[in-house]
Amino acid sequence: MIIDINFIGLIIASIMASAVPLILASCGELITERSGVLNLGVEGMMIIGAISGFALMTVTGSLIIAIFGAMLAGVLISTIFAFLTQTLITNHVATGLALTIFGIGISAMIGKNFVGIPGKEFPVLFEGLKDTIPLLGPILFGHSIVFYFAFALPFITSYFLKKTKIGLIVRAVGDSPESASNQGINVRLVRYACILYGGAMSGLAGAYLSMIYTPQWIENMTGGRGWIALALVVFSTWNPIKILIGAMIFGGLTIIQFHMQAIGVRIPVQFLTALPYIVTIIVLVVISRDSRKIRLSTPSSLGKSFHKDN
Amino acid sequence: MIKIVKRDQPSRAIFFFTPVLAIILTLVAGGLIFFILGFKPFEALKFFFIVPIADKYGFSELLLKATPLCLIAIGLSFCFKSNNWNIGAEGQLTFGAIVSGGVALLFYEQEGFYILPTVILAGAIGGMLYASIPAILKTYFNTNEILVSLMLVYVSKLILDYLVVGPWSNPEGFNFPETRQFSDSAKLPLLFEGLRIHAGIFLALAAVVISWFVFYKTYLGFQMKVSGFSLKTAKYAGYKGKKMIILVFLISGACAGLAGVGEITGPIGQLHREISPDYGFTAIIVAFLGRLHPVGIIFASLVVAITYLGAETAQIFMQIPKYTGQVFQGMILFFLLASDYLLFFKIKFIGLKK
Repeated sequence: MIIDINFIGLIIASIMASAVPLILASCGELITERSGVLNLGVEGMMIIGAISGFALMTVTGSLIIAIFGAMLAGVLISTIFAFLTQTLITNHVATGLALTIFGIGISAMIGKNFVGIPGKEFPVLFEGLKDTIPLLGPILFGHSIVFYFAFALPFITSYFLKKTKIGLIVRAVGDSPESASNQGINVRLVRYACILYGGAMSGLAGAYLSMIYTPQWIENMTGGRGWIALALVVFSTWNPIKILIGAMIFGGLTIIQFHMQAIGVRIPVQFLTALPYIVTIIVLVVISRDSRKIRLSTPSSLGKSFHKDN
Repeated sequence: MIKIVKRDQPSRAIFFFTPVLAIILTLVAGGLIFFILGFKPFEALKFFFIVPIADKYGFSELLLKATPLCLIAIGLSFCFKSNNWNIGAEGQLTFGAIVSGGVALLFYEQEGFYILPTVILAGAIGGMLYASIPAILKTYFNTNEILVSLMLVYVSKLILDYLVVGPWSNPEGFNFPETRQFSDSAKLPLLFEGLRIHAGIFLALAAVVISWFVFYKTYLGFQMKVSGFSLKTAKYAGYKGKKMIILVFLISGACAGLAGVGEITGPIGQLHREISPDYGFTAIIVAFLGRLHPVGIIFASLVVAITYLGAETAQIFMQIPKYTGQVFQGMILFFLLASDYLLFFKIKFIGLKK
């Protein structure tokens, strides 16, 4: 049997495509967590981004408005979380859960009028170069701008955290809010900004799903990707580059399902669908087993409220 | 001028007042949302919160929905009190239903008094087994229980889906995704002719009484409370932390499993794809709204159960999308958490000085 080398390229490209929303949401959440805030509302912010992007695209016809609108929607809904956890000092876990429940409800409410409407074609870049290089052609070329952005994002995030002054401030706030505050850093402001940034990235991840990946609106279409994104942050031990690896593994598991079914492997489809969730658990166990390593890499104040008495 | 002052001590009165405040704020915000959507706010709220429970049938439906919520929330309060974030009750409910449903199917042609207790017990064990996964992984492998328990929700729903479509599907069922009907001996008896409310409500009430006793009258309850306030103190006092983590997960798993039993052996009488409209997640809100107090949870489960019924009624009469229920549930929790601010801070209105 001869396996077409371009076919392998296409499979790898499809794995990368399914990794995109995970990379975007995880990199956003990573910044939020690095500042000491645990936002469990990723799933809710993603689904809000998905419906906002799709709705704006259908109503305005402009892809640019839709993409930025989805990010703005993510920012707006994460503002609720930021206000509650930072200004009113609520529990991060409970507030994040409320955000997810609320987001799924609101998205279904708005989305009612958008079910069954076909999506639009999203422009891809470097389409013509696809056939010029075997194997690498389909991997490197012919994707949307969001796709390229997602694969650049872990490197940008890593550079931001390690090499820039603002990145240092974010890390300081997450590791020791007291000392950061004593240095004159406005802890609350930094955390607000990091939460809103996480919201924007989750919104973008959702918009990618509803506008580019499966261009249509389906209720609950994020299907737990927000939670997997949260798990990826732990998997990466808060290192953006490792998010890339994790997202590719999960993308691979998603794509494998389709191909296994296509070749007619006699494994129940439900088992294949459950695989990413089961693997997430196994990976979490393997990563977390070494409690010392986890403690060293976790932002020290993660999930803890900080209140400065005036 | 408004000035915010920190309280010396969290206010006890406000502790029980804020849930009421949260409900009022949710109604106001809900009315606003209805207005934005183009409905008459008062009429919509009436269809949402009053019409559904205006008659005998409606009230029975309310209790039917409140039963699993109350049962699960009681179980969760054990976890939350001791700082364990079990958010996968939905999965434990589903797995409990799978195990008890499997046992009920074994007896599908038989009648006998022993069948129902066996089925109920199987459900509790199923829920416990499923809850033990995040508990063991947390205690012995340091794994985050939030993510594990949540991932297991998706897995349990897929297992259920596999079973009702595949090996357990009704051989005479024309390939519908459902099992055979259970025998009458495996079903919880209905309490009133023509109403759907069933004996499962007694399971919930028993859970309320037992949990109240454990929380306030036993050493275990005291230990849980201390661990909830400060894990360091608990360690210093020499409490066996690992054992307690596993115990509270088992309790909440058993409760969720029992709620699953109630769903399938009550009105439905068989296993099928969708046995729970996310009771496991909604019960998290119920637990918080009830202040993790057994009596509070009873009231909270009734209030939150209305959002389910109201969403259905509002959809039928006003074409308001049924997801409004979830929006309301999210808002209740938001407002509750927000109004907790008043527990620790006082807002003082000071007249402008000249």
